[in-house]
Amino acid sequence: MSDTFKGKGASRRAFLRGSVAAVAGAAAAGSARAATPDPLITEVQDWASGFGAPVDDAPYGLPIRFESDVVRRNVPWLTADTISSINFTPIHALDGTITPQGCAFERHHSGAIELKKEDYRLMINGLVDTPLVFTYEDLERFPRENHVYFCECAANSGMEWAGAQLNGAQFTHGMIHNMEYSGIPLRTLLEEAGLGAAGDLSDKWVYVEGADASSNGRSIPMEKALDDVLVAFKANGEALRMEHGYPVRLVVPGWEGNMWLKWLRRIEVMDGPVEAREETSKYTDLLADGVARKWTWVMDAKSIITAPSPQMPINHGPGALVITGLAWSGHGRITRVDVSKDGGKTWETARLARESETKALTRFYLDTEWDGSEMLLQSRAIDETGYVQPTKAQLREIRGLNSIYHNNAIQTWHVDSNGEAENVEVS
Amino acid sequence: MSKYLNLSAAALILSGLTAPALADGFGLGREALPEEVAAWDVAVRPDGTGLPEGSGDVWTGEEVFTDYCAACHGDFAEGVDNWPQLAGGRNTLTDDRPVKTVGSYWPYLSTVWDYVNRSMPFGAAQTLSADEVYAITAYILYSNDIVGDDFVLSHENFLDVEMPNADGFIVDDRPETEYPLFSTEPCMENCKESVEITMRASILDVTPDEGNEDAAQDEAQDEAAAAPAADETTTAALDAALVAEGENVFRQCRACHQVGDGAKNRVGPMLNGIVGAPVGAVDGFNYSKAMAEAGQNGMVWTEDELKLFLANPREHMKGTKMSFAGLRKDDDLAAMVEYLKSFPAE
Repeated sequence: MSDTFKGKGASRRAFLRGSVAAVAGAAAAGSARAATPDPLITEVQDWASGFGAPVDDAPYGLPIRFESDVVRRNVPWLTADTISSINFTPIHALDGTITPQGCAFERHHSGAIELKKEDYRLMINGLVDTPLVFTYEDLERFPRENHVYFCECAANSGMEWAGAQLNGAQFTHGMIHNMEYSGIPLRTLLEEAGLGAAGDLSDKWVYVEGADASSNGRSIPMEKALDDVLVAFKANGEALRMEHGYPVRLVVPGWEGNMWLKWLRRIEVMDGPVEAREETSKYTDLLADGVARKWTWVMDAKSIITAPSPQMPINHGPGALVITGLAWSGHGRITRVDVSKDGGKTWETARLARESETKALTRFYLDTEWDGSEMLLQSRAIDETGYVQPTKAQLREIRGLNSIYHNNAIQTWHVDSNGEAENVEVS
Repeated sequence: MSKYLNLSAAALILSGLTAPALADGFGLGREALPEEVAAWDVAVRPDGTGLPEGSGDVWTGEEVFTDYCAACHGDFAEGVDNWPQLAGGRNTLTDDRPVKTVGSYWPYLSTVWDYVNRSMPFGAAQTLSADEVYAITAYILYSNDIVGDDFVLSHENFLDVEMPNADGFIVDDRPETEYPLFSTEPCMENCKESVEITMRASILDVTPDEGNEDAAQDEAQDEAAAAPAADETTTAALDAALVAEGENVFRQCRACHQVGDGAKNRVGPMLNGIVGAPVGAVDGFNYSKAMAEAGQNGMVWTEDELKLFLANPREHMKGTKMSFAGLRKDDDLAAMVEYLKSFPAE
């Protein structure tokens, strides 16, 4: 990586002097009055004198090198290898609600494939009037829409069912991302093929399938398919990344991420579900009595405090503190988020950054004072249906410990007097 | 008014709101040909829809399973390392650690056939014949004690097989069992008498260490950056572009083989220094009889030998445990060997 400060006269020694001064400045922060003038202010800095990087230094820019720790991470012991595996969005280090594509979590069943637009084909068949094949160019000629939606893996927080395991919001809650998609309503494509042949639509399904070697496929009831499902080719304004299904993926708002088929190649209208591997042996939720729930598609309301958190300790000492996090619901909009500092004894209502959108991440803030004492931080989301995010105890009482999927319980971070945070469970 | 009409009306109204719906559609796309639909529409459903004609017996299944599946799933479908266990686990679904296998958990046999046919073997999907899939499915049933060793599975008796956990599923009941409970006005003050910490993540200590991981990553990147320069001086023959291509091709091997610094034997042997090495000689790896014998007879992994093997492993080395279909393109073979050459013996 090239040095940003390429200007004449910028020496390595001068840069080091600046660093030492920066540390001294940091130590003084927090006091109302500085003992000595801050050299970052009183001395002319290299960047204020020499040149910065020219345009075209990076035709496609990456984050500045100081942010190189804000990356996806995986948990190696979770899966047998990284071809069929998952990693986690660094939600602890992000703000706002939009997840940059480059750090949005990945989940592949047979690796991320390189599929050119020229080689892309989408087939619609089954109970339609005319089975059709579309090229990528065909898709760009249909009227398209833009929507922001969260995509959460059904297994997000799945390692936490039996107890507090992973120390970091990235690991406990990072199987989620939130992007603005541009695409075509699935309804438009189904109507293009014609649904007359399907007859009564109320008991019909669509089966969707990807082009990679895992050939992942999921069955979706027709009512959802005609409601808000998108066939998307852009995210956050640019082409989908390879790892998210370039050139075309399915967006199934509010429903578990496994249904958001990547490298979408086939849509079949059917009179029943396929009961494929990912909707029987996986993504079904085993209950304590040995019976499993199937077709648990909706992601219920959930929230997480992203900072402070184990990867984001409080470094500034007592005083003004921003507690922030994310909330979402597969049933619609988030209407309220409450925060507790004492493990759920008392709650105060947080401020939503702006009016929430349906089935999208909502950012919340609690602007508060920290007195330097221990805290047990929790957040609790409420959605437009009146559903209140439950505690772990409430979920365990109904489901037991072996559900793996759909753990939307309240999370607790213990913050000690040094500002360090840890993943804990409380009574 | 039927629900169909309701839905259609709703759909039309919705399209009317968002985009002008053309009476005859947009005239985009073209009709799918029957051959095209047949090539892609291979999903098999619980009622047997989609099953091709064919059959396979348990003993053939065992052979095919050993060749294609056992490297990850174990000779008896018991699972190797973290790879899925396919057999056993009956009556464990209420245990602390339930074992969810085809026999103990999967409700439909069609799912087994469909998944093996479309998605397996891992790294060589869609290479099995229909009869091989029937045979593998029969063997998985046998290893779960669902059928006897003389069983032959075919499209004709497919629906006769009873899956032990067929009745083990209910449709999502959260709307009845959870939503009413979780939709009451939440407490804001004096919600609990006391709060105690009952469990800490630090005690388990299973969180990946970011600091070390980053350092390791940086080191790896530095090495990768430095590697071509070092190679130029030591092994002038290496083609850097071809090595890079080979790295890409090697992705399909990574699930089973490690190569590079600290590479260890996994499902397959580690591959440092493999080009030019005697066959079947990586320390500590349990080779197939065929591979071990070839090595004893003096066979060496020359570049040509490796290419022949990788083009069609099971043809070139009958009895190998490697369940890989082979690299079809000469370019890929050349790139792969160049890539492997870039990792000399440690």
